[in-house]
Amino acid sequence: MAAASLSRAFVTPEGVDLGLDLASAGTRAAAFLIDLLFQLGVLVLLTIGIAYIGVVRRMEAIGILWLLGAFALRNGWFILFETGGRGATPGKRIMGVRVVARDGARLTGGAVVARNAMREVEVFLPLSFLGVQAASGVADAFLTLFALGWSGIFLFFPLFNRDRLRMGDLIAGTWVVRVVGGALGSDLGAVRPQRHFSQAALDLYGEYELQALEEVLRGARPDAMATVAAAIRAKAELPADGDDAGFLHDYYAALCARLERRMALGRRRADKHAARADR
Amino acid sequence: MQPAVNASRFRAAHQADWERLERLVALVEKRSVRALDDDDLIAMPLLYRTALSSLSLARASSLDRALVDYLEQLCTRAYFQLYGVTDTGLAQLRRFFARTWPGAVRELWRETLASLALTVAAVLAGYLMVRSDPAWFYGLIPDAMAQGRDPAASAASLHATLHSSEQSMLTTFATFLFTHNAQIAIFSFALGLAFGVPTVLLLLYNGLSLGALLAVFAGKGVGGPFACWLAIHGTTELFAVILSGAAGLRIGIALAFPGRLAREDAAMAAGRQGALVMAGSVAMLAVAGLLEGIGRQVVDGDGPRLLIGLVMLTGWLCFFYLPRRPAAVER
Repeated sequence: MAAASLSRAFVTPEGVDLGLDLASAGTRAAAFLIDLLFQLGVLVLLTIGIAYIGVVRRMEAIGILWLLGAFALRNGWFILFETGGRGATPGKRIMGVRVVARDGARLTGGAVVARNAMREVEVFLPLSFLGVQAASGVADAFLTLFALGWSGIFLFFPLFNRDRLRMGDLIAGTWVVRVVGGALGSDLGAVRPQRHFSQAALDLYGEYELQALEEVLRGARPDAMATVAAAIRAKAELPADGDDAGFLHDYYAALCARLERRMALGRRRADKHAARADR
Repeated sequence: MQPAVNASRFRAAHQADWERLERLVALVEKRSVRALDDDDLIAMPLLYRTALSSLSLARASSLDRALVDYLEQLCTRAYFQLYGVTDTGLAQLRRFFARTWPGAVRELWRETLASLALTVAAVLAGYLMVRSDPAWFYGLIPDAMAQGRDPAASAASLHATLHSSEQSMLTTFATFLFTHNAQIAIFSFALGLAFGVPTVLLLLYNGLSLGALLAVFAGKGVGGPFACWLAIHGTTELFAVILSGAAGLRIGIALAFPGRLAREDAAMAAGRQGALVMAGSVAMLAVAGLLEGIGRQVVDGDGPRLLIGLVMLTGWLCFFYLPRRPAAVER
């Protein structure tokens, strides 16, 4: 789960709040680095390809490849992948995020071009400037500091606004959200409980603890289960019966059923500190 | 016997629908919407609404966290495939060249005029400065770019640069020029962010160096051939630079004077529109690169060079500004 501060209300035309999770700055940096590596890989592969297929004037072909190829890749890569149906470059796909328009409308070509053209100024302009100056040996300390400072402002810009927007996102009206496909977890309440619990035992916990228990059950780590089972048994004053997993599953189902019944009556209980529901 | 927990009954009733939706969404994400057959295509929006109402119900009646999480991500993915999906790349590209790009250029006409005025003023200034004092030339144009075309050169050597038959590394040079120019076009768009000031500076600098070169050639009496040499690709190239400058100006103006819109919204509208113009400029620069790299070597006469340049200019003007039948244009 993402931090609550990165969660944004997003109401569909049908009137349901889908609650989008914004991608964190770290995720986005990682996605960008992965994309850079991929691009470099493509360039290197093409270079090797040209070197092996005897092209006439090989050096010139390689020179053109790095001039034009680097430019086309750097700009085309992001634009091409983000205008596709998934709205994500390979790096973003790996990190489980995609680009969407902030207003929830279609992601237009103009928006994608705008957000990616800005990257030239955010990252590549100062770095290439610095690179050229360093190569010709005239990069003095001031210039280096300026280029790094410039990059730094844009680089850390996403950290200084609530929505983790990069300059390009701001201009293009887009943001990057998490979309992780996932299978539906198994049904923990499908089996009728074998054990019966007293009202007092079921009154110990609220929804927060129920969902923590759900996580433990889905995690299925024996040591965690043993600890939790021991804690519940001690609190409910139940004897140990040697079957921690079975006990926890039964307790989960019973607690869930009870809390859901109370929920239907409008008496939700957020956690164990909330007032105990009426008997 | 019924299971005790709401989520279990709920899953039993709807899980098949959710899984079908998940399959369809995955298919659309992986391939395209055309991978679906007619039945699936009709079913997908219905399944999406089913899943949405399942989500609402699950949030209100179930404490199964996994179920709610699953439905949230499924609905989100389905939403973006149903509401946020764009056309195929080819259709987008066709529409871009047929309608969106000229439309965006037309809407930027004020900025384009301003950009043109700046360029013309800078050319004049550069010309007059170098004509009055040739020393200015060395301040305006770096040696690497001048390549011997400076005020000290003789008329004959200047003339020779216009008709060189030197072929070595020609394609590399043309490629370099294209990437360099395209880079400048992107910068002059993106730097509009700083209220357009760097964009104006880029336009001025571009004009100044052009004026300076013009002054050198005109001073030695080869101004005419130089203009023709420049015209063959220059009309396209300068037009592209002016347009991307206009795109940058639009952003700068929108940020400085957002008018009735919120600053953020104004920047967004300007950014999306400017990006289209800028992307088109890059395509124009590719054409200019071809004209420069190939056309200029093949066509050696001054007259034909000028003619090609003028034809290109007229072509672009007609393409952008001739009125066309209105259609449901989407940006």
